[in-house]
Amino acid sequence: MSDNSLWQLITVRFKEYTREPEALFWSFGFPILLAIGLGIAFRAKPADVVHVAVANMGPRGATLADAIRRDPGLAVELLSPDSAATALRTGRVALVVAPGGDDGADGVEFRYDDTRPDARTARLMVNDAVQRGAGRGDVLPTAERYVRERGSRYIDFVVPGLLGMTIMGGGIWGLGYSIVDQRRKNLLKRLVATPMSRAEYLASYVVSRLVLLTIEAVVLLGFSVALFGVPMRGSWVSIATIIVVSALAFGGLGLLIASRSKTIEGVSGLMNLSMLPMWVLSGVFFSSENFPRIVQPFIKALPLTATNDALRANMLRGDALVTLWPQMAVLGAWMIICFVVALRIFRWR
Amino acid sequence: MTAPHVTNPTPALLVQDLRKFYGDVRAVDGLDLSVASGECFGLLGPNGAGKTTTIEVCEGLLAPDAGHVELLGLEWRQHDRELRQRLGIQLQETQLGDKLTVEETVRLFRSFYARGRSVSEVIGLVQLEEKRGARVGKLSGGQKQRLALACAIVGDPDLLFLDEPTTGLDPQSRRQLWDLITDFKALGRTIVLTTHYMDEAEVLCDHVAIVDRGKVIALGTPLQLIGSLGAEHVIDFSLAPGSPPMDDAMLRSIDGVRTARSLAGGYELQVGALHRTVPALLSLLAQRRLELAHLTTHSATLEDVFVSLTGRQLRNE
Repeated sequence: MSDNSLWQLITVRFKEYTREPEALFWSFGFPILLAIGLGIAFRAKPADVVHVAVANMGPRGATLADAIRRDPGLAVELLSPDSAATALRTGRVALVVAPGGDDGADGVEFRYDDTRPDARTARLMVNDAVQRGAGRGDVLPTAERYVRERGSRYIDFVVPGLLGMTIMGGGIWGLGYSIVDQRRKNLLKRLVATPMSRAEYLASYVVSRLVLLTIEAVVLLGFSVALFGVPMRGSWVSIATIIVVSALAFGGLGLLIASRSKTIEGVSGLMNLSMLPMWVLSGVFFSSENFPRIVQPFIKALPLTATNDALRANMLRGDALVTLWPQMAVLGAWMIICFVVALRIFRWR
Repeated sequence: MTAPHVTNPTPALLVQDLRKFYGDVRAVDGLDLSVASGECFGLLGPNGAGKTTTIEVCEGLLAPDAGHVELLGLEWRQHDRELRQRLGIQLQETQLGDKLTVEETVRLFRSFYARGRSVSEVIGLVQLEEKRGARVGKLSGGQKQRLALACAIVGDPDLLFLDEPTTGLDPQSRRQLWDLITDFKALGRTIVLTTHYMDEAEVLCDHVAIVDRGKVIALGTPLQLIGSLGAEHVIDFSLAPGSPPMDDAMLRSIDGVRTARSLAGGYELQVGALHRTVPALLSLLAQRRLELAHLTTHSATLEDVFVSLTGRQLRNE
C-alpha cells in the first residue's frame, strides 16, 4: 500500500463510505428502487380498456350493451340505474349510457364528467359504437398504424431526472455531511495540526465523489437500459462530460454549504434549503415547463435544471455536446463560484 | 517571571507576554514561559485558567492578540511548514474516525510526515498491537487516548504537545499513559502538557507553571513549589464530639507547626517533620484530656500549593 498522503486520504474516504451501509443504500439502492417503482407504475402496456355501464331501464338496455361490446376498446356492464350511478360516482366506470329520454323515444343519454379525459374518450367511443349498432356506416375507409416510440415514455423522461438527482445528492450530502461531521468532532482541527496539505484533503473528497458517482451512474443507467430499454442516443463522451461537470458543480455547492457549519443540524438545514427547491422546480419527476413563464429564467439558472436538461437532450434526443453550451455554462459558473467562495470562507477548525 | 534553568541556549518553547481575548474575557493575559529542550513541562491550573488557549496558540491553531511565540527557535509566521513537520500534537477531545481501524488511522497520520516512525513501531509503543485491526469506534477511552498519542508521535516530533492527555480516564489507564510519556521523554524529546491533576504533574514534569486566570502565578520544579509552602506534611485531625474547641494560637505553639487552621469539624496543620510534631500534638491532647476522633497525615502536594496561592480548590471551579 502506498504511503502517499493523497492516496491515503482517498482510500480513507472510500473506507468511511463503504463501511456505512445506509450511505450505500441511499446512493445505489434508492435510485434503482425509485426507477423500478416508476417503471412499473408507468410501464408501456396495451391501450387501456375503457369501462362503461349501461343503466338497465326499458327493453333497449341489453341491445345497447351488445352494440357497445363489439368495440374491443370498451368493457361494458349492464347495471341497475342505482348501481350505475354509484359506479360512475366512484370512478369505476367512466360513463353511463341511459337508454331513451323520459318519453321513451329512441335516443340515448350519456352521463359523464366532461373534465375527465378518459370520460370524454369514452363518450366518443360509446357514441361511435351505439351509432354503428343503429346502422350508421363509414363514409371514408380508414386504416390504423400504431407508432409507439421509445424515448417518449414516462420512464424515459424520469431516468435522466433520477440520475441528475443522484448527482446532486451525492455531491451535497457526500461532501457536506462528512466535512461538517469531521469539524464537529474536532478531527478537522486535528488534521490541520499535522503537515497535511489542505488542498489534498479537499481533493480527496472530489476524487472519491467522482469515482463513486461513476459507479452510481453506470449502475443506474445500465439498469434502466437493460430493464426498461431507456434510450442512450448521445455519445458516451458527451454524457460522461455532462456527469463530471455536474458532479463538480454540486461538489462545489456541497463544499460551500459545509464551509462554515459546526453542527449536523445546521448543515442539514442548509442542505435541505438548497436541494428542496431543485427537487420541485428542476424537472426531476415532471417537466419544469409546467411552471409559469416568468420564473423560467430562475429555474434555468438552477444547476439541477441544467443537469437534467443536458442529460435528457443527450439521452433522448442524442444532441451533441456543443449544442448544450447554455447548460454547461450554467454548471461551470456554479462550479467556479462555489469553489472560490467556499475556499475563501472555509473554517478549518 | 524569570525562565527556569535553561541548559540548551535555544529553548524548545519560548512564550513572551502572550495575550488572547475573547470579547471581554481575558483568556490569556500576559503569560510568559520558557521550556528547555529535553524536559517535560507542565501547565497546571483549574478548568478555564487559559491552559488550552495558551497551548493552541503555541500549536499554531489560534492567532494571539499580542505576544511572541517561538518554537525550536522558529516562528509560525515564517516557518509554518517546517514546524508542522517537527511538532506532535494531541488535542483535547478529538474523535478520530470511528469507521477506520487503529492501523488505518496511524497509517493516515504517518502519510502526512516526511520522516517518522513506522506504523507498526508506533502501534507497539502505545501497546495497541492486539487492537490494530479493531475499529476506532470500538475502543475504550484509554485505548482511544493511546491511539491519539500514537498519532501525535508518529512523525517522531522534536516537541510534543499534550492537552489533558489523561482527563476522564480510569486510574489504570492513566498510569499506562504516564509510562508512555515517560518513555518518550527518555528519548530526549521535549514535552509540554496541560493537566488539572496535580499528581500527574508531580510524576511527569521537570518544571511546572501554575496558571490561573490567564497568568503564571508560580513556576518551578514540583519539589521547589511544594517546598515553597515551607511545610512538607499536612496533619488533619478532629476531636471526639463534645470536646471544647482549641484555638489556633495554641496549635501553632506545638513544636514544628508552620500554620494551623480550623476547618469545619476539625483542624489542619502544615508541619515540617511528622516525627516531632505528632508526639507533641498527642501529649498536648493528653495533658488537656482531649480525645481524638480521627487523625490523618499526607505529604504536601501541588494541590496544597494551589490552595495556598489562590485560596481555592483546584477541582471545584
